[in-house]
Formats: sequence, structure tokens, C-alpha cells
Amino acid sequence: MSLPATTDSSLLERAPLILRDWLTGLLPGPARWAANGLIKIVAILAVFGLLFAFLTLAERKILGRVQNRPGPNRTGWFGLLQPFADGIKMLTKEDIVPRAADPVLHFLAPVALIAFSLLTFSVIPYGRFLLPVDMDASVLFFFAIGAATELSVFMAGWSSHNKYALFAAMRALAQLISYELPLLLSVVPVVLAAGTLSTAGVVAAQSGWKWGFVPHWHVFTPWGAAAFAIFMVSALAESNRSPFDLPEAESELIAGHLTEYSGFKYALFFMAEYFAMCALSGMAVTLFLGGWHAPLPLLEFIPSYFWFALKLLALLSGFMWVRATLPRLRIDQLTRLAWKFLVPLALINLGTAAFWSLTIAWAGPLQPLRWAVSLALVAGPFLLLGRRLSTGLGPRTYRYA
Amino acid sequence: MNAVLVIIALVTVGAAVVAMSGRNLLHSVLLLTVSWAGVAAFYLWAGAEFVAFAQLLVYVGAISMAVLFAVLLTRRSRDDVAAPPASRSRGIYAILSGAAVAAVLLAAVSLAPLSSAPTPPPSVTVRQLGDQLMGPHAASLLVIAALLTVALIGAVVLAAGGSPGNPEDEP
Repeated sequence: MSLPATTDSSLLERAPLILRDWLTGLLPGPARWAANGLIKIVAILAVFGLLFAFLTLAERKILGRVQNRPGPNRTGWFGLLQPFADGIKMLTKEDIVPRAADPVLHFLAPVALIAFSLLTFSVIPYGRFLLPVDMDASVLFFFAIGAATELSVFMAGWSSHNKYALFAAMRALAQLISYELPLLLSVVPVVLAAGTLSTAGVVAAQSGWKWGFVPHWHVFTPWGAAAFAIFMVSALAESNRSPFDLPEAESELIAGHLTEYSGFKYALFFMAEYFAMCALSGMAVTLFLGGWHAPLPLLEFIPSYFWFALKLLALLSGFMWVRATLPRLRIDQLTRLAWKFLVPLALINLGTAAFWSLTIAWAGPLQPLRWAVSLALVAGPFLLLGRRLSTGLGPRTYRYA
Repeated sequence: MNAVLVIIALVTVGAAVVAMSGRNLLHSVLLLTVSWAGVAAFYLWAGAEFVAFAQLLVYVGAISMAVLFAVLLTRRSRDDVAAPPASRSRGIYAILSGAAVAAVLLAAVSLAPLSSAPTPPPSVTVRQLGDQLMGPHAASLLVIAALLTVALIGAVVLAAGGSPGNPEDEP
């Protein structure tokens, strides 16, 4: 919304801008600046609030279908009103605070979590003209704010005065320290290639097509594909999603840091988890999947925010598919995967990206060589490290189980 | 005086003061994190966007975790986080060393040539920062990068040492 409107783009593309200008035009001059900011906030809250509501339904439906059962189908048509029924139930439930709990931290944890998760939405470019806050270092802002979310998981776990919640707090700390590193290291090659830390700049760097039909998205380069894979695995861990949902593992820790939460505070935690998932997917779309760019030149007549939404929903259903498919990791497996596999791969991938950008002038017969060397740099360490990761560790013997 | 600056300063210093006077270690760590976030807000107020976010990422995101981990791993029980008041001599030493540090800082600030004339806020882009770091300051950047990489690899090697046995086989 901060980018200047150009007249050559289609009416549909400019529709949000026109709507905003019409709304703010009703107000007197000095109030317009504040109204512009307020509209962005309300738009983000409304869109992602509704998306959250229907994502919970979609997740329950998809999980149900994967497990060969129908999922919620009694409230409204095909269970479409289920999220609202859940919301009313959550709002009317009693808010229980344990007597031994740390009341201030117990209250602050969900509030801080939801605040930080909402802040991350502010720097994602949702469309050609739809960037709420344009900053020079917005990629850094996104990850700086995201790093603060696990602190609230710790606060929740510790303040509950419950052994399961405390375990969850410890696991959350270990998980954050382990997975923040590969997450950030997988983003560095993108910044290297785009030459900017601003999300708008990263999207602009991925515009255009090679031979008229292959988009210049980062995921279509050897280093980009590797970084995308590392980013998505780390994003699963950072948003506490299965198979990395150890902090709230229902079957071993009851519900981890959520054990002592009820009612609306519980719903806030739930909401923040989905917000984090959406924000990280949105960042993945921005960094690797070309942001709001259309995949083909002849499809450009469709507005950019539609393409962003399509890519976002595709990644979100990927998250759900993974949750339905993979079993949960053990804590030692979790940290081993991060430190011995993802971090070295991400570091090597940085070298691959450097090689790729240094050989940008190679043409003709050197072009296949460039691809071959880059692919070898990606696949070789992956195979070697992957083989080494699980040698000497299996098969497990369960003496006490 | 800028009202925003006063609020930021009050939050930063207030959080630090409460963190030091409190007896609950966990609360102190979290308040210290608030104080670090206040410093980041100050950088943001001063127009240093990149430094502010780096401060947030490193201190609020990572160092607070390391401190929390240290506190949790060294306590015997949950009630152990409430530290007993230290002896009077330790308190006196603490005040003395704190006063010494404060005196050095105050002297440095008061001796520094600060112009009182209003200056336009500098608008430094991240690209300019990167050019500066990779150009005139490349040597120091490389030394820090090498140090941190060696520390990272060393930590991984230390953790990888020893037999990767089955955790359930240990007694």
C-alpha cells in the first residue's frame, strides 16, 4: 500500500487501493494518515483472522480424510460453521489460572505471543501494491520478531507451575536455539542473490521469465531449491508444527505449555500457532516462490494478490499434509537433525549460492557446467550427511516399553 | 526533550532496575530481555533500523534463551529460582564495582565532543552499511566471522564427540 500506484495496471489490481482511497476520502485531511494505517491493521486482522478460522476447519477436514473419517460435518453446510461454534465455545469457557501459577507471566504469555505473531504480517508483500510497511531491513525485522515468539512459549510453560509445562518450556528453548540457525542461514543466500534486505526488493529480483516461460524464482536455482527445503523444515520446527511439535506433544506431555490454559487464552495460543504458520509460509513465498508474481506472462491479467494467496494456500496445505503423514520426533533426533544436518547443509548452500552468483556471466557450453557443479554441491553433501546422520543409531531396543 | 525517547529510556532503565532488585531469577531474566528490547527501540528511534533489528534478533531472540537455559539447568528445584539476599560485604563490592563502571562511562560521555546543534537524522541504507562493512571494515568483519564460525564448528564437534549410543541403553 506504500508503493505508488501506476495507471497501467488493471482495475482489479488497483481495486484495494481504490477502495482505501474512497474510504479515506470521506474523512477530513489530518485524519487520513491515521486512517490509512488503521485500514492496514484492520485488513490484516480480518483477512488472517478469517483465514485462521477456516484453516482450523480445513486442517480437521484434511486430517479426517487422511485418517479415513469425515471430519467435522454437522455445523452448517459441510461443517463450514464449525470454526464459529468453536470460537463461541472458547469465549464462554471459564478462564482458569492455577493457584500456584505465576499470574503475571501466565497472563502475559498468550498476549505477547499473539502480538509478536501479528507483527510479522506487517512486512510481507501480499500484492503489487499491498505491502503494509516498507522497510529497508524488513527481512531482518521478520526474523527478529519471530525469534521472540518462543520466548512466550517458555513464559507459558514456566509460569504454569506444572511439570509437563516446564518440560515443554525446556523443549521449546532447545528447539528455538537449534532451528533458528538453519532458518536464518537458508535466507542468507536469497539476500546475497537479491542484494537487498527489503521484501519488496526480493520480490522485484524474482520478476521476469527466462525464454518467456521459466520464471526467475529463486526456487528454480540449485541453491534456491536447497534453501527452500531447509527453510520449510526449519519453519515447521519454528512454528511448533508436527513432526516438531515437541513442546506441546499431547501424547507425552498432555499438552505441554498449554496444559494449564483454558478458554480464550488457549484459543490465543492456537491462533498464534496458525499465524506463525501463515507468516512463515508467506515469507517462503516471498523469498523463494516469486512473491506475488504470476508463474506465466499470459497469466498476468489475474491480480497479483490472487497469486500470492494461491501460493500461500499451497504451502499451508503442505504443512497439513506433513502433519497428517509424519510421526513426532524425539528431542535428541530433533536437535541432531538441526545441528548435524541442516546447519552444515545451509552453510555449504551459502557457498553454492556464492558460486552461482559469481558464474552469472558463464554462457554457452559453460552453462551446463555451472548447473552440474551447483547441483553436485547441493546433492553431494546432502547424500553424504544424510547417510552419516543415522549410522550407528539403530535399530533401537526398547527395554522399558 | 522528545517524549518517545523519555518513554523508551524509562522502560529500559526501569526494567533493568526491577530486574536487579527482584529476587526471582526468572523474572529478572525476562525483565532483562525487556531492557534489551528497550535498547533496540532506542536504536529504532535514532534511525538505526538495521542495528535495532540485529539487537532484537541477537539479544531478545538468542542470548535471552542462553541465559534462561543456564538458569534452568543450574537450579535444583523450582523454588530455587528465588535467590536469597547476598551478604552485606558482597553488596558493598557490587556497589563499588558498579560505581566504578558508571564513573568510567560518565567520564567518557562528558569528555566526548558532542555538538548541541540540531543535526538532520542520517538516512543510512542497509546497502551502504554492507558496503562500509565489506570495504573499509572488511578486516574486522572477517575476524569476527572467523571467530564465530570456529566457535560454531567447535561446538558441533564437541557435541558430536563420544559414542552416539542409544539413550535408552544407558542405566
